Amino acid sequence: MIEVDIKKRFNAQTEISAKFASDASVVALFGRSGSGKTTVVNAMAGLVKADRGHIRVDGVTLFDSERAINMPAEQRGIGYVFQDGLLFPHLSVKQNLFYGARRLSPAHDGASSIPFDQVVDLLGIGGLMARDTPSLSGGEKQRIAIGRALLSRPRLLLMDEPLASLDSGRRGEILRLIERVRDEFGVRIVYVSHSIGEVSRLADDVVLMNDGKVVACAATEEIFNRADLRPFTGRFEGGALIEAHAVRHDMKYFLTTFKFDGGELIAPGVDTPVGARVRIRIRARDVTLATERPRGLSIRNILEGTVGAIDNRGGAISEVHVLLAGPGALSGRELLARVSTQALDEMQLTPGQPVFALIKAIAFDKRSMGFSA
Amino acid sequence: MLSKEEVEIVVLSLKVAFASVIFSVPLAVACAWVLARCSFPGKTLFDALVHLPLVLPPVVIGYFLLVMFGKNGWIGGALDAWFGVTFAFRWTGAALAAGVMGFPLMVRAIRLAIEAVPVRLEWAARTLGASRWRVFFTVTLPLAIPGLAVGVLLAFARSLGEFGATITFVSNIPGETQTLPLAIYNLTQSPGADAAILKLCIVSIVLSVAALAASEWVNRVARRRQSA
Repeated sequence: MIEVDIKKRFNAQTEISAKFASDASVVALFGRSGSGKTTVVNAMAGLVKADRGHIRVDGVTLFDSERAINMPAEQRGIGYVFQDGLLFPHLSVKQNLFYGARRLSPAHDGASSIPFDQVVDLLGIGGLMARDTPSLSGGEKQRIAIGRALLSRPRLLLMDEPLASLDSGRRGEILRLIERVRDEFGVRIVYVSHSIGEVSRLADDVVLMNDGKVVACAATEEIFNRADLRPFTGRFEGGALIEAHAVRHDMKYFLTTFKFDGGELIAPGVDTPVGARVRIRIRARDVTLATERPRGLSIRNILEGTVGAIDNRGGAISEVHVLLAGPGALSGRELLARVSTQALDEMQLTPGQPVFALIKAIAFDKRSMGFSA
Repeated sequence: MLSKEEVEIVVLSLKVAFASVIFSVPLAVACAWVLARCSFPGKTLFDALVHLPLVLPPVVIGYFLLVMFGKNGWIGGALDAWFGVTFAFRWTGAALAAGVMGFPLMVRAIRLAIEAVPVRLEWAARTLGASRWRVFFTVTLPLAIPGLAVGVLLAFARSLGEFGATITFVSNIPGETQTLPLAIYNLTQSPGADAAILKLCIVSIVLSVAALAASEWVNRVARRRQSA
């Protein structure tokens, strides 16, 4: 259980005020840059001292202003993966990895066993041992940084925008590694990001931050589907998040079918066992609307539903909420479609009207799907 | 070549310079770290105090040293009585004067080097369980080595050239406190010593260039280790 309730004032204009609690294996702090996410994790790590409040992890009080407790950073047992890796440039790769391994004493009550060989294997860093630290690429540095933090056997791992300084190719790679770290080592992660893709893939709970304050703290699906939070979440890239599971693979066309409350989705084949849970993000701009079931179309996914609320802020683009019919009558699954306002007027869409939501199978890529074991 | 007396002068100068630098380094590193990484009330005053030898006339420093570290000075008297350490009119006094005069130069260089070490690297070390001491000795100091080398060189060169504070504090005693600059000064007071003066001047230049080369070498080795 992570419990945070802190306040910190920087000057008359800026005050960070964060209160949340979560028991999830991955909690994301999500919000625009400057919203105070990094300050919160720095306070959790003990690198920044909050003015008031308390921070507790699994019942251990790390900070409590009323009881005058402020455990030094080095005693908190909290690993930290920074945006830029922050490897020690004067130490070898191996020395970097072992820097925090002093905690390997049995007295430490941190995470369960995290064997060196297993970490090296999982992160694929065996071949980097002999390299000089400054000569590593961005992705390699981040792998070492994750390994270094893991080997200190933290009770909690903080990650502050760990993909921000990587190119898009490396991002997917590291994200996959983080998923495996979560699944194989059972380390609790607090993940800071302003990327909706990363957060919806990884996180079980999301702490939504805006302007130094926590706006909401809830399950990931809820946060990204809640209409009242759209001003904070939709601004990035509108869409809906759907929990589904793989039901079959089509080996001939290499497609995978996923089932969720609101129907079925066909996506390019993914290497995941049948039955595996997956979280799929459907971006609003990938959804097309039709008033009758279309024929002769290349589009694979046609979902039946009714028009819900229509957001039109007077621009060229409108957003239409589609309530999916699905097999179980009131499934409550909702999609978001981004269409031109002109099309909206021509189709004369009104709330309550039956509608078909069309999504190309290839709109789903690896980046819009998050897997969990 | 050099006469026996001249060799003695060079050896004494080197002894004074090395002693002054070796004893200054730990204190200078501590002061530099405090100035670079801490903030506390009175920091400006502390900073000014460290810089005092750089801005005051050396003779004034020499006089202060005489008052404080002389046989009857508050500190000098106590050191003499308790530990039998004497500074007045000894080579140790020359080393003290040289150390004090070179101190601000050393602190400045080390402070800049410590300030150039990203604080976040120290943060990373602390989240890995390293105490403040361990962070300092395994992260901050190793990364500040090039700056430390520069500071040591500056202080060493300054020690070799120290004149005003030394002559005021420990006088100009051949074989005890007469370093290179003091010997050269002595020779200028007697007529027809041009050749001897030139010889000592060349020795001074050779020593300074050697010190510069040594510090450059340390610097290069440290940088190669960090960014190869």
